Amino acid sequence: MSGRTAEITAIEETQLASMERARRRNLIIQYIFMVLLSIFFLFPLVFMFVSAFKSDASVLSDSGGAGAFIPSPWVGLDNFSSAVERASLWRVFFNSVIISSFIVGLGLIVNSLFGYALARLRFKGRNVLIALVIALIIIPFEALAVPLLYITAELGWLDTYHVQILPFVANALFVYLFYTFFLNVPVSLEEAARVDGAGPIRTFVSVVAPLAKPAYATMAILGFLFSWGQFLWPVMVTRGVDVRPLPLGIGVFKTTPPIQWGDIMAYAALMTLPLLIIFLIFQRYFIQGVASSGVKG
Amino acid sequence: MTTASSTSRQGTGKKPKSAGGRDTRVAWAFSTPALILMGVFIVLPFLLAFYLSFTNQRLISPLPTRFVGVENYTDTLSNAAFWKGFFNNVWFVVVVVPLQTAFALWLAILVNRKIPGRTFFRTVFFMPVVTVMAAAAVVWTLLFNANGLVNAVMETVTFGAFTPDWLNSTTWALPSMMIVGIWQGVGFQMVILLAALQDVPEVLYEAASIDGATRWQQFTNVTLPGIRNGLIFVMTVTTILAFRLFDQVWIMPRTPGGPLDSTRTMMLELVETGFSNQAIGRGAAIAVIFFVIVLALTLIQRRFIREEGEVT
Repeated sequence: MSGRTAEITAIEETQLASMERARRRNLIIQYIFMVLLSIFFLFPLVFMFVSAFKSDASVLSDSGGAGAFIPSPWVGLDNFSSAVERASLWRVFFNSVIISSFIVGLGLIVNSLFGYALARLRFKGRNVLIALVIALIIIPFEALAVPLLYITAELGWLDTYHVQILPFVANALFVYLFYTFFLNVPVSLEEAARVDGAGPIRTFVSVVAPLAKPAYATMAILGFLFSWGQFLWPVMVTRGVDVRPLPLGIGVFKTTPPIQWGDIMAYAALMTLPLLIIFLIFQRYFIQGVASSGVKG
Repeated sequence: MTTASSTSRQGTGKKPKSAGGRDTRVAWAFSTPALILMGVFIVLPFLLAFYLSFTNQRLISPLPTRFVGVENYTDTLSNAAFWKGFFNNVWFVVVVVPLQTAFALWLAILVNRKIPGRTFFRTVFFMPVVTVMAAAAVVWTLLFNANGLVNAVMETVTFGAFTPDWLNSTTWALPSMMIVGIWQGVGFQMVILLAALQDVPEVLYEAASIDGATRWQQFTNVTLPGIRNGLIFVMTVTTILAFRLFDQVWIMPRTPGGPLDSTRTMMLELVETGFSNQAIGRGAAIAVIFFVIVLALTLIQRRFIREEGEVT
């Protein structure tokens, strides 16, 4: 009896050992794939940052080989200072910061208040408004761009900051995000605040908003991600460099030959860097935010 | 404060009329800013798009606006450039949606296994998402140069058999933009599918493996049905994004949409008509057509997702 058990254990052990070997082999294969994929995703970024420190001529001549990833001949910050000059980089950078900050900042207030009202407060027309918000999510901005250009041109808003900010503050997707978030928050705390005599605004500011930090973080991240890279709308409503955002500045280099690739790469690097740094610091929240944007599906 | 305390005492029950009145005032006060902004910047332009699409409105014109019936639509639909753009979008969808969805799913599965370093790889795969498309597009323009890095790799892999001049080729310019689109967007879809994967109950896999299901059988019978809604969402979003393709076709070719209109898209047509040529009426017609396409795609998505809900 005990002999049979030992036999079975021995068989199990060899089975386990071979399973373990197979598992380890699979794991190694998986790591090889993941490293190759990482190279695919990272090499354009590495290429960009390396090229930003090279002379214009060598960026182009090195671009066909391993030399593309070697920052030599090193020209220091020459490209950056040239990009700053030619594309008025600080100006457009500042413009982008202003535009994105206002879109996100105002959006956090406006969208969360509306989402909260829809989720908590009972009033006539609430269901109609919820249906409206859901319907508005479908409308892509591009379908509105032409009539909106007409409206804003009639109002004399072209070449301003607010023409790039106001259309994007209220966002149906973000209202819906807050609405679903508040639906899942227990009411008891707010009721306690009410009993303590807090008015609706104080309740919202001191009780509700702190509870909704994850929803605010999600909206801030997604809103910043969407607004920082905006391209089509600024192409239509801005002309001069005064109010243009960063992504449009890249056009300056293409229209005035010779193409100075070093400058372009420095410019692209500076455009990418802020978001990349914020992402690396808050990457968990980015991933959660993006994941929750898909939940509605 | 009697109304407030009575509300709290009743909890989920009906509220007295007076509380309802206060609720109503607060609710409208909270809703008004968003409602005004949405009304002016979404609803109004949306309705105006339909109206303008039946007029000869121009951006700046001394001539009075007049109704032209469906002329903008017949003009647009008989315009070769519009169809060129439309079919480029469709071609983009046909290639990119299956490829990118499968790629995203593969990435999601890779980083879903609980192995050391998975957070690191997830972060790396997601990184292109946070790069600005305008920046990515110029970097890739250089990479797709005839003597650029992409061709250096192609030369090695295909022994020199396949090294097209990507962006100057009418055949390969659009595919190069597909590659840029996938490179930049796949991380986003990966994260959504990752969330879907993590929602599939572990017990289903356990049950399947007790029943003797192979890895592949587990994948087709447990994973795929489990993440069905996530997959449909990802495919719909990718399709809609493909119809919004603009940044790359504006930046990467020598002239937007080039060479020879081989990368023209509906959005480029919209911007050139409505903005560059200032033909607001015609542009509005294209916007309406675009909206109808997006609406149809969304309704198809809803249908599939509801069906799934009925089964379970």
